[in-house]
Amino acid sequence: MSDKTPDYNPDHNSDHNVIDKTTIHKIAKLARIEIAPEREDALCGELSTIISWVEQLGECDTAHVEPLASVTGHSLPMRDDVVTSGDDPDAVLSNAPEGASHFFVVPKVVE
Amino acid sequence: MSDILAMTAVAARQALDNKSISAVELTEAYIKAGQDTSENNAYVLTTPDKAMDMAKASDARLARGDAGLLEGIPIGVKDMFCTKGVETTASSRILKGFVPTYESTVTQNLWQDGAVMLGKINCDEFAMGSANETSAFGAVINPWTASDGPLKGKALTPGGSSGGSAAVMAARSALLAPGTDTGGSIRQPAAFCGLVGLKPTYGRCSRLGIVAFASSLDQAGPITRDVADCALMMTSMASYDKGDSTSIDAPMPDLMAALSKARNEGVKNMRIGIPDEYTIDGMPEQIVTLWEQGRQWLEDAGAICVPVSLPHTKYALPAYYIIAPAEASSNLARYDGVRYGQRVEGATLDEMYAKTRGAGFGDEVKRRILIGTYVLSAGYYDAYYIKAQKIRRLIQNDFHQVFSDVDALLTPSTPSVAFALGDEDKDPVSMFLNDVFTVPANLAGIPAISVPAGLSSDGLPLGLQLIAPALREDTLIEGAAMLEKAAGFDHVASGAAS
Repeated sequence: MSDKTPDYNPDHNSDHNVIDKTTIHKIAKLARIEIAPEREDALCGELSTIISWVEQLGECDTAHVEPLASVTGHSLPMRDDVVTSGDDPDAVLSNAPEGASHFFVVPKVVE
Repeated sequence: MSDILAMTAVAARQALDNKSISAVELTEAYIKAGQDTSENNAYVLTTPDKAMDMAKASDARLARGDAGLLEGIPIGVKDMFCTKGVETTASSRILKGFVPTYESTVTQNLWQDGAVMLGKINCDEFAMGSANETSAFGAVINPWTASDGPLKGKALTPGGSSGGSAAVMAARSALLAPGTDTGGSIRQPAAFCGLVGLKPTYGRCSRLGIVAFASSLDQAGPITRDVADCALMMTSMASYDKGDSTSIDAPMPDLMAALSKARNEGVKNMRIGIPDEYTIDGMPEQIVTLWEQGRQWLEDAGAICVPVSLPHTKYALPAYYIIAPAEASSNLARYDGVRYGQRVEGATLDEMYAKTRGAGFGDEVKRRILIGTYVLSAGYYDAYYIKAQKIRRLIQNDFHQVFSDVDALLTPSTPSVAFALGDEDKDPVSMFLNDVFTVPANLAGIPAISVPAGLSSDGLPLGLQLIAPALREDTLIEGAAMLEKAAGFDHVASGAAS
């Protein structure tokens, strides 16, 4: 695991956006969020400000530190592999924007 | 009427027990108070019929001597808690119309103990914000107003994300309010509104049925008028729940006993650390002065205060703003227009997802999902996400080290008083700085409480924070009781119902 921060530049110039429009398009696609074209410029600036600010973490030496994902310190509890609830398709589907015959309906995926 | 609204939950419980008031009378008073203060935009949904039914049931249980811990106490529920049969939106357009078919464990515990639901409360969208301005329902107005200075005459934020919860408490339109706290969302609004707010140890309150923001940080907790109510409500909210894999199976200390002990004996020999790193540039002088006053108050109550160092504190906030958005981007992937909430049609499945999410999420939520997606994406994962998790370890280690020497830490709750709505710098990072003193406890999973400690020169509430080791909510209650007693904070917001 590398601690190297890509594009890390401590003398970051605020006129230069670390997140450009190409990156916005890429992550918006990954996140499945449509971004209005007129918001893109502002978003480049906002996200760049945040990313530039978090990059101060680069100055902290973490070479021999284990990442911490959970603070509880206990391993996840195991349970018997049995059904504990379910068999209530009406409840499951009660909030679906579109359902039919106990199924969720989505736009056609296979041509 | 005003006498009814002036009672704390503990006092109201006694009045209900000795039949000097009925649950129906109490609930009616709070329903009216909600109507009288509706301009603060704190309730997003009121459930008066349900409240009256619950109050009648409480009166029946009181009559047969079968009353619960919170019997007949009217509460307002932050819209992050799923409530069975009652619309739950997390103050987001994308969840408009979502009616849960199940109840969150925390609210179930409250109903089990006899509490009465007044309605659902405004918050920042998906609890992402520090001013309650990101809500799809619009901003909440703080019932407190400045008596002097540049903020005089302006509508102020109640803080966030539990801004509506703090506003209903300060407006006296609810008697108790459960909040959620991912980076300070209980404690900062409590501080801005002159209330007690407790974020318990991670795992104390089940997350089952709470709309997820950042799962490794999210914790529910009470927002109350005083420390005794906080001890009472915390006792009800906490439980071990097999439905939450991170729930802690450890008994909660007797918080009411801790409160009595502190009130009778003080906090003799309690060791309180004053962390050097919580002095930050540009912090108003009156917050520094209040912090020093708090130290003096605890020493007067028998505590021993010592300076301590938490050297990685400055990295907590940037680490949080990697970890929380990363978890949020994953958690919020579920809002896809298929299973619940709003859908915007598209020609293909992907187009439907993108349009639904583009229309359903507000700007702050989008920003955080995009940041989270970026820091988790190929090529950046180690540099940002893993790096932040390593910083998180260092921050937890800092706390472990100081807690080998001290029982609790004393800090300011916030670096400022409540600010004017719409006034805050639009730079997202400056809004993040609200959480500078509260975020470290979330990262370390340890409990922390904010106690109202005084008014600023402009007449606005200021809070002090105590932070304790994991599972030591009793220490927080003891220390908070001493701060409360010494501060004698008995001010009421100008916008409170009467």
